[in-house]
Amino acid sequence: MSNITTIVSTMTAASFVEVVEAFTIILAVGVSRSWKPAFIGTGLALIVLAALVVILGPLLGLIPVELLQFVIGTLLILFGMRWLRKAILRASGIIALHDEAEAFARETDQLKRQHAERRADWIAGTAAFKAVLLEGIEVVFIVIAVGAGRGMLGYAALGAALACLLVLIVGFVVHKPLSRVPENTLKFVVGLLLTAFGVFWVGEGLGADWPGDDLSLIVILGVLAIFSFVAVRMLRGYYSSNAKAVA
Amino acid sequence: MNIIRITLRELIGMFIDDGALALWSIALIGVIAAAVEYAGLSGFAGGILLLAGCMLILAESTYRAARKKSQG
Repeated sequence: MSNITTIVSTMTAASFVEVVEAFTIILAVGVSRSWKPAFIGTGLALIVLAALVVILGPLLGLIPVELLQFVIGTLLILFGMRWLRKAILRASGIIALHDEAEAFARETDQLKRQHAERRADWIAGTAAFKAVLLEGIEVVFIVIAVGAGRGMLGYAALGAALACLLVLIVGFVVHKPLSRVPENTLKFVVGLLLTAFGVFWVGEGLGADWPGDDLSLIVILGVLAIFSFVAVRMLRGYYSSNAKAVA
Repeated sequence: MNIIRITLRELIGMFIDDGALALWSIALIGVIAAAVEYAGLSGFAGGILLLAGCMLILAESTYRAARKKSQG
């Protein structure tokens, strides 16, 4: 039961971040141009994503579970450490925090400048298509990676669907980019979770007999969280003292 | 064709941001897998080494980024 909860909540948090990013672009297209290209672009991207799931899903069943855990664990480590690295650097003030309001303004401005062009609808539709496809591919990957390792694809997909529903409800109620979502905090947590899942599954793929079985996932997560917290503190100190020295 | 190129670039970008981080991570997993398979290292010890290695790689990558940024 706790495993199901972990998978559903991991997927909801991870997908939430990606859906918010896609929603920002769809909203920018709808507001600055019109809703028709925004919905057509979104619909086409969702069809491509559904085709990807239909094609990739059955192929997973053909791969031995240890090999699947090893390969997916490796991809999760790469994916999770990339998120975690960025989150640590953002929390330490070394790179700027991601701002949905700024992304919305940038996209709206770009689309408005193309307003006079004859192909403006096409450009706006393509922007929505690209945003949904690219963010959606990340969601599909996380669903497959988190769900397939333990045969819980359905629960992982449920988590992703919950995130989509949540963003749509909140988005249409406030009718603004969801800039108040603590995206950087969410990315930090998801980076930790994905890296922890990756280490756990690569270990399982190598035949590791983790003490406490799934409970060791929490220990791995805790160790990574402590490490990240210490890293943020140390980098913040290093960066502020060196930045002052340079100034 | 443009959308395919962008999608492929984005797909690769999903896993690789800092090239060195990705390369070191793959090398770490490869070495540990080889040690488990051929040198008799237990799977559990491999898992612990993997966790420690990941933290070391992350520490190096973030420190390098901080140093680069502070040097302008």
